[in-house]
Amino acid sequence: MARPGDVAAFALGALRGYRLRTLLMLVAMGIGVAAVVVLTALGEGARRYVADSFASLGTHLLIVLPGRAETRGGVPTTLMGETPRDLTLDDARALLRSRHIRRIAPISVGGSVVSWRARQRDSLVLGTSADFLAIRRWSMRRGRFLPRGELDAAEPVCVIGETVRRELFGVTPALGRWLRIGEYRFRVIGILSPTGRSIGVDTGELVIIPVASAQAIFNNPSLFRIIVEARSREDIPRAKADIIRIIRERHQGEEDVTVVTQDAVLATFDRIFRALTLAVGGIAAISLGVAGILIMNVMLVAVTQRRPEIGLLKALGAAPRTILLLFLTEAALLSSAGAGLGLVVGQAGSWAVRLGFPVLPAHAPWWASLAGVLVAVGTGTLFSLLPARRAARLDPVAALARR
Amino acid sequence: MTALVRLQGIRRDFRVGDQVVHALDGIDLTVEAGEYLAVTGPSGSGKSTLLNVIGLLDRPTAGRYELRGEDVTLLSDEQQAAVRNRTIGFVFQFFHLVPRLTAQENVELPMLLAGIAPEERAERAASVLDRLGLADRRHHRPDQLSGGQRQRVAIARATVMQPALILADEPTGNLDTHSGAEVIGILEQLNDEGITLIVVTHDTGIAGRARRRVHIVDGAIQSDQARDPAHGETG
Repeated sequence: MARPGDVAAFALGALRGYRLRTLLMLVAMGIGVAAVVVLTALGEGARRYVADSFASLGTHLLIVLPGRAETRGGVPTTLMGETPRDLTLDDARALLRSRHIRRIAPISVGGSVVSWRARQRDSLVLGTSADFLAIRRWSMRRGRFLPRGELDAAEPVCVIGETVRRELFGVTPALGRWLRIGEYRFRVIGILSPTGRSIGVDTGELVIIPVASAQAIFNNPSLFRIIVEARSREDIPRAKADIIRIIRERHQGEEDVTVVTQDAVLATFDRIFRALTLAVGGIAAISLGVAGILIMNVMLVAVTQRRPEIGLLKALGAAPRTILLLFLTEAALLSSAGAGLGLVVGQAGSWAVRLGFPVLPAHAPWWASLAGVLVAVGTGTLFSLLPARRAARLDPVAALARR
Repeated sequence: MTALVRLQGIRRDFRVGDQVVHALDGIDLTVEAGEYLAVTGPSGSGKSTLLNVIGLLDRPTAGRYELRGEDVTLLSDEQQAAVRNRTIGFVFQFFHLVPRLTAQENVELPMLLAGIAPEERAERAASVLDRLGLADRRHHRPDQLSGGQRQRVAIARATVMQPALILADEPTGNLDTHSGAEVIGILEQLNDEGITLIVVTHDTGIAGRARRRVHIVDGAIQSDQARDPAHGETG
């Protein structure tokens, strides 16, 4: 029986001997694997884009919204006919009684005209408290954030985003200036660092004031929502239970708030994008099947082309098993090389995507690359079984006859 | 002593359309070790089929074939391949060298199939090529060799496993007179060294050189005569 090293060397020699055929099959396999790698990289990139966006929101957060909705992590909708009770600052403060809750930030939002001297612009005004900065993981570029103190202290101070600062103040130092928001005047005490992306909010466009001030400006005692940070990831379910219990006690037994956990939303997105990645990966894998069939056809032609050689090997004492092994080795080498090529091209393609769209972390998941390579080598070898068997069964007399 | 090749009632039928053609029609033939046998006959007489049966490339439809006393028709394909590898060397009319391999690599092929280590293969192939005057052609590919040189490479390949039997099917059929004579000379020299030689040819000049001549017509042996009875049988 021939040695494995010799079989591989002989198969390699045959591949080198038929360059065009080898090249075509390499390209077919390469395209298949590259498609799997790039498409799953795109899917995974999209998933991670969303996941990162959520992570920038802060960790183990819960969001309390006024109104009861039958929902599990989806978009809350107020039940028909039921008028929800307001979510108040006292409600927010009460939440801190739970030992599973580390900090809270009540939120009150509205749009308002913001002006300094002659310059003015429409801006999103967000009323909140000192802990908001830590909860959202934002940071200050200059100055300080809202002062600690009673939630209902309507101090006339504000923190502005970078875009607001640039458009209103230009080159003038903004800290200490008095900004007009609606009918009120606020002293600028800090400027937010521009953060990257953050779900739905551009920090540059924001003007942040104490929540009580916002309630006064918008003349609305109800909070838009309360952001709650649990003490740890494990505390999230208990924190949620506590929130519902505390609010119900305060709302005369009515469970009229919705608590959305960040995890639930994230998990939903995660599932969607994983399914998406699997789907595109699967579609790409079909191209590997096509490549497999191409390999089968080319190998069939090769067997016909090399009949004299096969006949000769048989005459020289190659057992049918050896012939089978030779052709399968050839196919396996070929599909491995094609898969390797595809992997390189696919990684280069993913890299190009990352270069072109830096927000999309398009890295093919390792399991997709592995599966792509395995499927390529598998189909390449499997589809060569038929041609290899045909070669092994070839009648040596007919194969050697020159016709 | 047992004969090297003993054929008894060998038949080989081919089905062509709805007709059955008897390529071999009851062949009885015994070849002793060391013999030099020429098989002649008109085209389609079955002489190549006979050679293929003896070379285990073709299975007879009926009959018994003993090689060194063993009934080889009962062997599996894998076992027959091993017998071919160790015991039988083939020389073909069209050389049948693998075009992408060098002369030396072609000669190494039977040893590669036998699983012999690369160092030993190279050594043995080089020494056989050397003996056949091809030392400076070892690393040439077939398309860089003349017809006579190609056939000599093929002979080197047929002998490198030191077989008991060499089967040559029209070995000079594709060569000019000079190269043909050279090739026949080499084969006869191998026969002098003890290898049994069976040559299929329709060249009466070559057939006349063999010590025993078997003439086949329509799949049956028509005549079987020794050129010189004194040398006809050994052992």
